[in-house]
Amino acid sequence: MPEKEKLIEMYRQMLRIRHFEEKVYELYGQNLVPGTIHLYVGQEAVAGGFCANLRKDDYITSTHRGHGHCIAKGADLRKVMAEILGKKTGYCKGKGGSMHIADFSIGMLGATAVVGAGIPIAVGAGLSIKLRGTDQVVAGFFGDGASNQGTFHESINMAAIWSLPVVFVCENNLYAMGTRQSMVMKIENIADRAAAYGIQGVTVDGNDVLAVYEAAHNAVDRARHGEGPMLIECKTYRHKGHSRFDPATYRPKAEVDEWLKKDPIPRFKAKLQKIGLLTEQEAEKTEQEVISAVEEAIKFAMESPYPTPEEALENVYA
Amino acid sequence: MRELTYRDALREALREEMLRDKTVFLLGEDIGHYWGGAFKVTKGLAEEFGDERVRDTPISESAIIGVAIGTAITGMRPVAEIMFGDLSALAMDQICNQAAKICYMFGGQTKVPLVIRTPFGAGVNIASHHSQSLEAWFMHTPGLLVAVPSTPFDAKGLLKTAIRGNNPVMFFEHKLLYSFKGEVPEEDYTIPFGEADMKLEGEDATIFATLYMVHEALAAAQELRKQGISVEIIDPRTLVPLDKQAIMKSVKKTGRIVIATEDCKTAGISAEIAAIVAEEALDYLDAPIKRVAEPDTPIPFSPPLEQFVIPNEKTIIKAVKEVL
Repeated sequence: MPEKEKLIEMYRQMLRIRHFEEKVYELYGQNLVPGTIHLYVGQEAVAGGFCANLRKDDYITSTHRGHGHCIAKGADLRKVMAEILGKKTGYCKGKGGSMHIADFSIGMLGATAVVGAGIPIAVGAGLSIKLRGTDQVVAGFFGDGASNQGTFHESINMAAIWSLPVVFVCENNLYAMGTRQSMVMKIENIADRAAAYGIQGVTVDGNDVLAVYEAAHNAVDRARHGEGPMLIECKTYRHKGHSRFDPATYRPKAEVDEWLKKDPIPRFKAKLQKIGLLTEQEAEKTEQEVISAVEEAIKFAMESPYPTPEEALENVYA
Repeated sequence: MRELTYRDALREALREEMLRDKTVFLLGEDIGHYWGGAFKVTKGLAEEFGDERVRDTPISESAIIGVAIGTAITGMRPVAEIMFGDLSALAMDQICNQAAKICYMFGGQTKVPLVIRTPFGAGVNIASHHSQSLEAWFMHTPGLLVAVPSTPFDAKGLLKTAIRGNNPVMFFEHKLLYSFKGEVPEEDYTIPFGEADMKLEGEDATIFATLYMVHEALAAAQELRKQGISVEIIDPRTLVPLDKQAIMKSVKKTGRIVIATEDCKTAGISAEIAAIVAEEALDYLDAPIKRVAEPDTPIPFSPPLEQFVIPNEKTIIKAVKEVL
């Protein structure tokens, strides 16, 4: 079990993601968010538990459902929100939007919206670490759907043969858009695929932040000490549809209800309270701090200017 | 001046850049100890620099490019080799959606100093999956640079510029040129991108040509000279960026242009060059623009079939006479 400070920090990160995402959902309803959004609500324990093991100079790669990864890695909520609203002050100056947020100053190497495309890039960051001789680590986040892409196979194989410091983090939320996992793979645990590459794979309860933390702790520690890559599968569930337009009617109500009962945030809060690490008063204080940070992010983003149209022509080349 | 083959000039550029900058490294299929690359460009480099910096990979084109991108955005300068240009299709997402777009969609936060070397070109009877010329695919992808060296001198100078630059470069070599010899100075030099080279000065017509077609155009020019016709040959050396000024200058002087490239005609390099000339220099033209390109077919295997589709000295001569 990590120390109290770490536990409270993980709780805070999960809450930050939850409140941030709920607000993005609201803003979308008010027609303030262009395009679409893929919310991380329900999966907070994965990014929260995993990133608590990473240093600022460690790397992550992310996906179309990437707000949670950014926030957990330490991104500035204001710049994330501004990017989602298409503002000039966003991380990508309004060129990327919700699906393409990056913050190279904290090792967040960017979200790719092509399913599975970030996996080889994570391996490349791992190779770079090896060639430069540092002790950084990479976490490549992707979903169950991405594990059926060829890049999954090519990339994990390469990381394995070169023993690179990469942890492959598969967030299995059971559905690739509307396609149930059982329709597209014969196996139940994606982590079983690790054996095919000669590396270790583990499956954990992705709604239990402490389980994610422990698995990540071990994998990151191994990677940092030259013991090569691991595949960690975190079984989790998105509370909302695939994207903002998806009512997710393909999921049986009983299944949704069962997973809502396993919501990682109340679960972790109850645990912290049970072991006496979080009083109701502290919980309330943390929640208020998070709410005001998100409000500040919204204010910053709303008040920020849009880029000038001609900026569309900039940054095509470095 | 000493002469080197195109292959040796490329190898010398790689070697010198690896000696100059320890972040430069190579990866690709069979580029290391045993083969030294399918066309032997990297022969001997694994022995000199070791397996870490001359890295043999599994047959996984998509991951080769994805991994190269990951290294490029974290401080390295990778040079990836795709064994045959046609196989770049296996890595299209990583090239066109990732490498090309990362700088832009992340708002210029990072650069992608990545070079992808691969050979194009028909003429050696290896059929549809190893012969096509696909420059236009990549010209059509903003964010990529496209280099097409036709001589050992250009190959070395352009490759050095590509490696030292901060953008993804598609570096297209030509199979028939690897053993071609030409003058290459001993001292360090680079060739800036976007600077065409006039391979021959002339008066009566301009021939815009790339890669192996530069040599077919030079042969055509020699024959035409005997017939009292003087042509000017413009080799762009890079297609992105393109030295439009050099093309315009030549067209304004000769009033006639033949565009000779080895890719197929529809939406190809020649279509773009013809459109630029029509848009920006129509008033200077004394004859319609003429394109010499491959017909819209895959590259066939059998020698007579293959020779039929590849543009050559004769088809270039015919086109020049048509515009005079």
